Amino acid sequence: MTDVPAALRPRLLGRTTVNVVVAVAVLYTLLPVLWLVLAASKDRDALFGSEVLSLTEFSFGQNLRDLFGMDGGIYGRWYANSLLYAVVGAAISAVVSVGCGYAFDKYRFRHKEKLFGLLLAAVMVPQTVLALPLYLIASGTGLVNTFWSVFIPVLFNPFGVYLGRIFSQGYVPNEVLEAARMDGASELTTYVRVSLRMMGPGLVTIFLFQLTAIWNNFFLPMVMLSDQKLYPVSLGLYTWNSSATVSPEYYPVVIMGSLLAVLPLIIAFVLLQRFWRSGLTAGAVK
Amino acid sequence: MTTTAPPAPRTTRAAPARTGRVTNRRSERFACGMLMGPFFVLFVAVFLIPVATVVWLSFFSDDQPGLGFGPESSVFVGLRSYLAVLSDPTFLGGLGTVVLYCLSYLPLMVVGALVLALLLDSGVVRLRAWAQLVLFLPHAVPGIIAAIIWLYLYTPGLSPVVELLGKADVTVDFLGVHAVLPSIVNIALWSNLGYNMVIFYAALQAVPRQVLEAAVIDGAGPVRTALRIKTPLVRPSIVMVAMFTLIWALQLFTEPMLLSQSTPMISSRFSPSMYIYDAAFTRNNYGLAAAASVILLICTIALSYGVTRWSNRGGNREEAIR
Repeated sequence: MTDVPAALRPRLLGRTTVNVVVAVAVLYTLLPVLWLVLAASKDRDALFGSEVLSLTEFSFGQNLRDLFGMDGGIYGRWYANSLLYAVVGAAISAVVSVGCGYAFDKYRFRHKEKLFGLLLAAVMVPQTVLALPLYLIASGTGLVNTFWSVFIPVLFNPFGVYLGRIFSQGYVPNEVLEAARMDGASELTTYVRVSLRMMGPGLVTIFLFQLTAIWNNFFLPMVMLSDQKLYPVSLGLYTWNSSATVSPEYYPVVIMGSLLAVLPLIIAFVLLQRFWRSGLTAGAVK
Repeated sequence: MTTTAPPAPRTTRAAPARTGRVTNRRSERFACGMLMGPFFVLFVAVFLIPVATVVWLSFFSDDQPGLGFGPESSVFVGLRSYLAVLSDPTFLGGLGTVVLYCLSYLPLMVVGALVLALLLDSGVVRLRAWAQLVLFLPHAVPGIIAAIIWLYLYTPGLSPVVELLGKADVTVDFLGVHAVLPSIVNIALWSNLGYNMVIFYAALQAVPRQVLEAAVIDGAGPVRTALRIKTPLVRPSIVMVAMFTLIWALQLFTEPMLLSQSTPMISSRFSPSMYIYDAAFTRNNYGLAAAASVILLICTIALSYGVTRWSNRGGNREEAIR
């Protein structure tokens, strides 16, 4: 850090304290994940013997085979479902939200700010409040217990529109649009060819956050789905965990399943750091 | 900041005929509709209609649940469902639980995340970028999996933590009657601390260097600068984090739902959201569930409004001091 004036840097004692506090916080964050990794490599006996730290009984491969063999290999199915819900859902959702946010920024129309306010209010409405009516609507239209009953509601992301508007303000200068109009390009062509490219990092950020939200989604699938083959990983692991209280052979597979379910998002966040950091900044500062 | 369409071109463009402007307006309107259309279809279908449905349902009692919604199978009961919910001790208990949860979770979260952000911003932390990334990572761990990890770390026989404490002659029942709420607070803190820390850190980065230099000239030390200069300057972020934390906390569902599989201390109506789920999908009483949903919604809106008002008032006071 070079932008902190030297006089504001704490002295030696303070420096040690600061580093110790941060180190404790890092350990608090890291140890449960480390436990998950170690526990995933243990067989059931070692798990219950609390011998997690010993490296003697290493059965990572066996646990992995058990995981994909359990209940007729349904875990693979759940994983594929989660990927489908999350990746495709977040991609569509991001494009829809960014387009809307862009229109809010660049065009003028009546009651714009009121409409935007209504949209922001939607951010506050709890998922649990919407679940019952969504369930009733889905059962009224015959969509309940189908892929669409979980897929459609997660496309709605009002916070993404808010971020989209901010990104549009920040990344796409109005002069560029004026220039494109002078050249006779149509509004939509300009949007796709010019503006969307300039908003690329914003689009990735919104995609990433919606990906996380959908991957985390638990309440809606629980309400909508009764067919285990349609479950996302979160709901599947929840079901297995409830079985584990009766039959402990589920514990190792729940642990291994959790570890695998955590990996894609962690990888996505580490690889795309540049984007989400800027996204959080935009959300926080404005 | 960007300004809305500059007025200058109007004079230069006056010559190239009126029709050009009209088609421009029309094509702009078309583009605007195309860009906003998909979102607003979703807005109506999965937000406005459901909200209207839930309010509607709360005034009706469905005698044959499962036959769908609509007036033909329901009877208008006015506020009866609301009275039933508000006089139900299990609902009020759940509300009390969530209030208690918010009162312990909110200050811990906001203060914890802010302190970490200030420490990371102090310029003496080694491996700062790495520390930040690690602290953020729990955000990528789904809520249900965070709950599973911690549930196992709370379970005697499975948990190295319980065993270590046992060796030191400390017995803690993390899922016992007194510890269960703090245990849930811990899961939520672990999941969200880093995320909010990054938001605060980003806001701190935007504090102008001149302000900090002025603080040095005035003789303020690092702690004083952090508390008296930096913290007030990131106030908007604090308000935003507090508001989102509160909204999420009111929806408390995933963690207790999972823990309830392993401890009798969490009933099926532990929080308002669990109450709604129980009323709607276990007892099939849609009127009751809808009324509870509307009450939860009103509480959320009232609290958000309160936070906004409180932050505005504080802001004004600061203006007055200046």
